[in-house]
Amino acid sequence: MDYRSLGLKVGIEIHQQLSTGKLFCECESEFSDEHHKEFVRRLRPTQSEMGEMDKAALEQSERKLQFRYQTVPCSCLVEADEEPPHGANPRAVETSLEMAKLLGMTPVDEVHFMRKIVVDGSNTGGFQRTALVAMDGKIEVGGKSIVVRTLCLEEDAARKMAEQNSEVLFRLDRLGIPLIEMATDPDITTPEEARLVAEKLGALLRATKKVRRGIGTIREDVNISIAGGARVEIKGAQDLRLLHVYVEEEAKRQLALLDVKKVLRDRGAKRVNPEIKDLSALFRDTHCKVLKKALDEKGKILAVRLEKFKGVLGPTEAGVKRVGSEMASHARVTGVKGLFHSDELPGYGVTVAEVEDVTSALGVEPGDAFVLIADQEDRSRAAFSKVVERANAAIEGVPEETRDPLPDGQSVYSRPLPGKARMYPETDVPPIRIDEKLLESIELNLPEVPEVKTGRFVKQFGISKEQAESLVKSGYEDEFELLASQFGNSQVVARIYLNDFPELEKLGHDPSGISLDTMRVLLDSLKGGRFAKEAVPQILGSVLENGQTVEGAIETLGVETVDLESVKEVCERIVQQRMKFILEKGEASLGPVMGIAMKELRGRVDGKVLSEVLSEKIRQLLKQAGSQTGH
Amino acid sequence: MTYPGPVGKILESAGAEVGDVVEVRRGKEVYSGILMPHHDFSNPSIITLKLANGYNIGVRADEDSKIKIVSKKEAKEHAKRSLPSTPSKKDVAVISTGGTIASYVDYRTGAVHPAISAEELVFSVPELMDLCNVRAKVLYSILSENMKVAHWQGLARAVADELNSGAVGVIVPHGTDTLGFTSAALSFMLRNLTGPVVCVGAQRSSDRPSSDAIMNLLAATRLCVEGDLGEVVVLMHGETSDSYCLAHRGTKVRKMHSSRRDAFKSINADPVAKIEGTEITFMSQHTRRSPGPVELHDKIDGNASMLHFYPGFEAEHFDMIAGKVKGVVIAGTGLGHVSEEIVGSIRRAVKDGVHVFITTQCLHGAVNLNVYSTGRDMLTAGAVPIGDMLPETAYVKLMWAMGQTKDPAEVRKIMMTNVAGELSDRRLV
Repeated sequence: MDYRSLGLKVGIEIHQQLSTGKLFCECESEFSDEHHKEFVRRLRPTQSEMGEMDKAALEQSERKLQFRYQTVPCSCLVEADEEPPHGANPRAVETSLEMAKLLGMTPVDEVHFMRKIVVDGSNTGGFQRTALVAMDGKIEVGGKSIVVRTLCLEEDAARKMAEQNSEVLFRLDRLGIPLIEMATDPDITTPEEARLVAEKLGALLRATKKVRRGIGTIREDVNISIAGGARVEIKGAQDLRLLHVYVEEEAKRQLALLDVKKVLRDRGAKRVNPEIKDLSALFRDTHCKVLKKALDEKGKILAVRLEKFKGVLGPTEAGVKRVGSEMASHARVTGVKGLFHSDELPGYGVTVAEVEDVTSALGVEPGDAFVLIADQEDRSRAAFSKVVERANAAIEGVPEETRDPLPDGQSVYSRPLPGKARMYPETDVPPIRIDEKLLESIELNLPEVPEVKTGRFVKQFGISKEQAESLVKSGYEDEFELLASQFGNSQVVARIYLNDFPELEKLGHDPSGISLDTMRVLLDSLKGGRFAKEAVPQILGSVLENGQTVEGAIETLGVETVDLESVKEVCERIVQQRMKFILEKGEASLGPVMGIAMKELRGRVDGKVLSEVLSEKIRQLLKQAGSQTGH
Repeated sequence: MTYPGPVGKILESAGAEVGDVVEVRRGKEVYSGILMPHHDFSNPSIITLKLANGYNIGVRADEDSKIKIVSKKEAKEHAKRSLPSTPSKKDVAVISTGGTIASYVDYRTGAVHPAISAEELVFSVPELMDLCNVRAKVLYSILSENMKVAHWQGLARAVADELNSGAVGVIVPHGTDTLGFTSAALSFMLRNLTGPVVCVGAQRSSDRPSSDAIMNLLAATRLCVEGDLGEVVVLMHGETSDSYCLAHRGTKVRKMHSSRRDAFKSINADPVAKIEGTEITFMSQHTRRSPGPVELHDKIDGNASMLHFYPGFEAEHFDMIAGKVKGVVIAGTGLGHVSEEIVGSIRRAVKDGVHVFITTQCLHGAVNLNVYSTGRDMLTAGAVPIGDMLPETAYVKLMWAMGQTKDPAEVRKIMMTNVAGELSDRRLV
């Protein structure tokens, strides 16, 4: 796809958790598997400065949710919104200034914390505390300058554990962990560039050494628009490797919606009036499970005609989702499970005859579409007002909105874009003066930037530039440096992080869970010859999967090294067994025979040693054979 | 709130006022935004601006800084809204005194103001109007630590007026710090109550989505409309969850935590009622609504003091205070004790005609001066133990009793008589 001609514009917002301890209390910034007491709260949107409720806040509160919070062993009253915040964590403030300096940004003269209203329950207070720390920096990506407009320091939200009916369950361990939030201008013009910018900012953040590591510790919001489309924010993407996919998919989605707009305009589609009809009677004997269930639960089947919407609800031929799935996700906000639209019917157990009944009951003309919702009546009616609103938006084109990222690179509607008027001062936290003295000490202690680090790695550890760059990109550069300095053998250490770790990830493990101590024991044992380097992935896999120690894994897996004599014995046996094959192929038999030997001895002997012993045995055999035949 | 020192002068000479959009230029740095009020803890060299992105930042300004007004603030119109009244609904009076519950944030400047009108207060919880006709009034707009005896008296008069003119109950939004004092004062001053007088506070201000004010106000309204209760109570959250509220007897309640929602506890007594959703459950004996009219006994003689005894308390200090007042309430240690030196001071004070009443700083449990020799010496010296009355309640009651009579024996008699549930004979296991 030619993104430039599409007018693709992307800006990203990176949120990185800091490991400095929480922002407004003395709690650790660590997660907990256990929880203690629970408490339950409700939140209520407050009036904004214009005396109007914020659209996003209002939509959240329409759901009349109740929030249950689990406290963890270290939870305190600040996190429970039962004690005023303490002063902002100075280590977190310093880290944010460090990052600002690394990006050449101008820090503000005094930092003022604000309250940003969020009533989805993720903050016990109903607002997130956030402060603008610095402005106007940039990073270079592929020779292009991308403006980093703002750097904010804010608190992370509580961890959502579950949602059931009208109750959402949160755990307080994540609430209040400091986040550095950096936002670029919409200077990014291709999906690839978005990925590179995110990678580069991530590497800089890690360079401060004060960031949390692992899945979920860095999250991205991606703002995407194409010409004629609208700004859509995909919020909270955790997998950096999918970033460019989100951009690609969103561009495709907006393109498809612009096409829908054109079709609807050409057909002269007008705003739909929500004339809701109760068609329950038509479905009394339906075989559609969804509809039947709703009727059994004393629900109703309501329907609305969408004039001139035929064919734009279902996905495109290329599978890009269109208005139908958007309407469904808008409807879900009100608590219904979903909807059926005419582009997908007959289907799901709804018969041709039933579709015809609906068509005549609603007065559907050719070129029209309809939507069915089966649920409790009040819920369905609320859902229809959302559905019709979304259908009408399709006539206008692409609506601005916030979307949730899905693991497959797609996204789903979550709420309207938050308005600007959602911030007011956090008067409980004193402002922080950023004076020359503080900035000087920050500047004197700036960490090594990634470019410098890769150069040094090449020189100091004798690895290639590509390896060094990959290490920095992987985020394991500090671990590499520590271990390579301690144990030598940089190549082995580098390969563990660059080859074995991705391998483990492919098998479904999370290698970020491997502690530095585990790595030390592993490398120590490897150095002592306990096992061969080929056994490393197996051992780490076992550590992750079974929660074993390195020692335990070595024993269970039986990868302990065998001595040279045993290797010779095994090789001798194999050579004898395959004698015919070896005599036939001569020295070329080494490869296949090596495969057999490796299978038996993998991880227990260094591949190089095995290869030497085996080829020696083969040569001996060939020599004997030669002398016997008397050539 | 106004800018101090040189920065204030710079702004003044530029004609810039809080709320104006201004541009601050120093060297190459230029910032423009809405001029915000000065934060008390902000550095004196800093101007606070609200940028277009909604964030506030502090910008340093000095004699080289140039300030230009981009646009003057727009005059904000206060739409006057009136409270609806439906004949089918009962009248509940809301007499606001100030505090967290009655404050709101000016979102433009971020300053927290007390609600200017009772309407503002009521419209922030529109659900109140579903339950009753609200007669709202802002009597005071003060922080509760600034309450004085005269405020209690004015409040008692306003409450009596409302009840005697048909309100089925009165809600008193009040700062939480001294809420217990006010509720005790109202309990003594108002007799023959025709409906509940519910003092309500909030520990989280109403500008926060998580405020406890809404639930507390709704529960208070429900109690006023539906509860058969003729007492002064304090109504707040029963626990940290937004699950239920408790109404505590006005003379038996104390703020026991500096910040939690459930800070208020009944001491030496069970709460009066639990209000959960639409349900009111009475939890202890209570006085029902009287046919009226409400009697007002609002004379108070404020010439009293409350002293907290501690090791090392200097007799000289005691004497100094006792020399200036007509009555002292002592919060003694344990069963009500003070040191030997202070026993001497008590003796002198009583001889000079000063009332000395003894309560315990343990709060829970009653005083008893018969058990230890110090206690017996205190009794001999003329100190009067007053059971399980809370020190704060005793202090308020003493001033009220001195307002009712000049006869010292009569004051002592009033102090030892249960007037408004402040004394209990038994404390259950």
